[in-house]
Amino acid sequence: MTTKIDEAQVRRVALLGRLELSDEEVAQFSGQLSDIVTYIEKLNELDTDNVEPLAHCLPVHNVLREDVPKPSLTNDQALANAPARENEYFKMPKVLGDNSGA
Amino acid sequence: METLKELRDDIAAGKTTSVAAVEAFFARIDQFEPTVGAYLSLCKERALEQAATVDAKIATGEAVGELAGVPVAVKDNMCTTFDATTCGSKILENFHAPYNAHVIEKLNAADAVIIGKCNMDEFAMGSSTENSGLKQTTNPWDASCVPGGSSGGSVAAVAAGLCAASLGSDTGGSIRQPASFCGVVGLKPTYGRISRYGLVAYGSSLDQIGPLTHNVTDAALMLNIIAGHDERDSTSVPEDVAPLKDYLAELEIPFEELKIATVPQLNEGADALVQKAVSEALAVYKSLGAEIVEIEMPHFDYAISAYYVIATAEASSNLARYDGVHYGHRTADPKDYIDVYSKSRDEAFGAEVKRRIMLGTYALSSGYYDAYYLKALKVRNLIRSDFTKAFEQADCLMLPVSPTTAFKIGEKTDDPLQMYLADVYTIAVNLAGVPGISIPAGFDENNLPIGLQIISEAFSEDKLLRIARMHEKETNWHTQKPNL
Repeated sequence: MTTKIDEAQVRRVALLGRLELSDEEVAQFSGQLSDIVTYIEKLNELDTDNVEPLAHCLPVHNVLREDVPKPSLTNDQALANAPARENEYFKMPKVLGDNSGA
Repeated sequence: METLKELRDDIAAGKTTSVAAVEAFFARIDQFEPTVGAYLSLCKERALEQAATVDAKIATGEAVGELAGVPVAVKDNMCTTFDATTCGSKILENFHAPYNAHVIEKLNAADAVIIGKCNMDEFAMGSSTENSGLKQTTNPWDASCVPGGSSGGSVAAVAAGLCAASLGSDTGGSIRQPASFCGVVGLKPTYGRISRYGLVAYGSSLDQIGPLTHNVTDAALMLNIIAGHDERDSTSVPEDVAPLKDYLAELEIPFEELKIATVPQLNEGADALVQKAVSEALAVYKSLGAEIVEIEMPHFDYAISAYYVIATAEASSNLARYDGVHYGHRTADPKDYIDVYSKSRDEAFGAEVKRRIMLGTYALSSGYYDAYYLKALKVRNLIRSDFTKAFEQADCLMLPVSPTTAFKIGEKTDDPLQMYLADVYTIAVNLAGVPGISIPAGFDENNLPIGLQIISEAFSEDKLLRIARMHEKETNWHTQKPNL
C-alpha cells in the first residue's frame, strides 16, 4: 500500500506545525514524506492487537517531589534572550485585530 | 596522544600543569581546527583562567576533583552559562542559557576544564553532521568524508586530539555511529542513568548523554563523573532503583565465563569488511573463552519505522517551543503574531528539522495517531522484548555499529530515507532503553575506522565496559590515530 502525501496534505500539516513553507519545500516534502511514510507502513505487517504501547523504558512511574519554593531565574535572566522586550514583558505583535472585539 | 586518565594522572602528580595542557590543545586547535571544524565555540581565556586556578590548588596541596585540570569539550546541545548554546541551529545561534546542564555542573565539580562546544547536526537530527546550520565538520581520517553524526563535532575533536575527551548525546545512534566512523570509543548509557537536565530535548524518551573517549578506561572514568540521580530530571533513575557503580573498579577483571549473542542474519546487511571486523572481534572473545550463541531478533527490522514515528512525534512537540517569542530567532518584520511563529521557524530551521517536525506532526495528527504513533509504541514494546529475550540467553549482544564506514560529504544528503536506513544497528537500542558502546575494531580498504557495537541489559554499564575492555586489551585498533 502506498500512502501519497499530496501537496494539500503537506500544507495542512505545515499549518499545524506552524511552518510557513515555500512552494518548492511543499513539493519536495510531498515526495520525501510519501517515501518515508510508505516505508514506515512496514509496521502494519506486525499483529499488535494484544501488545501494550510502550512510551518509555523506565523502571519508575509517577515521580513526585515536595512542593517547596526554591530560587528561580530573575526577570532579567528570563528576559535576557527575548527577541523583543518591553519593561518586564516579552513583546509580541497584537493578537487581536482592531475591529475584532474581545 | 595522551588519554584522559593519563593526562589527569600527570596533572595530579605535577608532571605537567593544566595550563600547559590547555595551551597544548589550543596549539593543535590552531593547526587542525580549520580543516576538522569540530567546534562551534572555543573559550580559551576562560579555560586558561580555570586551569590556573586548578594548578594553584594542586601546587598548594588543596583537594581537587577527579578530572582536575583536564581539557574536555561538550556537544553544543548542553546548556552552559558561558558561550552560546546553539544546537547547531540558526534559530538558537545567539541563545545564551541562563543555567548549566547537570552534566556541566558535574564536570565543573570534578574540576575539568571545558575548552569548547562542539558542532552537531541541527537539534541532533542526522547521521553525518551535514545538517548543522552553522558549520561543516570533517572526518579526521579523511577530510572528504563525514565524521558521522549527530555528535560529529564531539567525536572529531577527540579523534583529532583537539580535547582529551568529550560528551555527546545519542537518540538513535548519535554517539555510537560517529565513534565508529572516527575510531574512538562512544558509550550510550542506559536511558535514565544520566540526567538530561539542560540537554536540549529532541526525542525525550530516547535521548541520553554519554562520553566519547580514546579508550574504554576513559569512558568508565567519564561515566563515574556524570552518572547519577538528579531530581530536576524526573526520568533520571534514583540510585536505590538502579545502584551506581564505580565503573573503573573492576574494569580490568575479564569475565571467565561470557556468553555473547550474535544475530548472523542482521550482520549480513553490513559491508563485507564491517562483517569481517565483527567476526574477528568475536574470534578474539572466543580465544578468551567466551561462548558465542546465535540468536534471532524478530522485530529488529521494524526499529527504523518505529523510531522515525516516535522520535519525530516527540521532536515535533519539543520543537514547538521555538516560536520566536521567548528566545531564539524572530522574523524581521512580522505582520501579525502568527507570522512570528511560522516565518521565524521557516527562516531559521534547516530542511531536516522541518522534515522531522512535519513527519511527527503528521503522525500525531487527528486520524493518523492510532495508525502511526500508537502502532509504533506497540512495536517498541515488541522490540524491547527481543532484547529481554536476548539477555536471557547471553550476557551481551554484539552487532555492527553502522552498515558502512564513513561516507563522502554530500553523498547521501539528497535522499533522507537512505540516510535513515543506515541507522539500522543503533536505533533499536534507544527504543529498548539499554546501554550500548562502540569500540574500534578495524579499518576498511581506505583506512577508515570500523566500530564494534556491544549491548547489554539496562543499568549494566559496569559489565558492558568490562566486556569492551577485554577486546581492547587484546587489540591495538584504539591506539591508531589519524594522520592529520
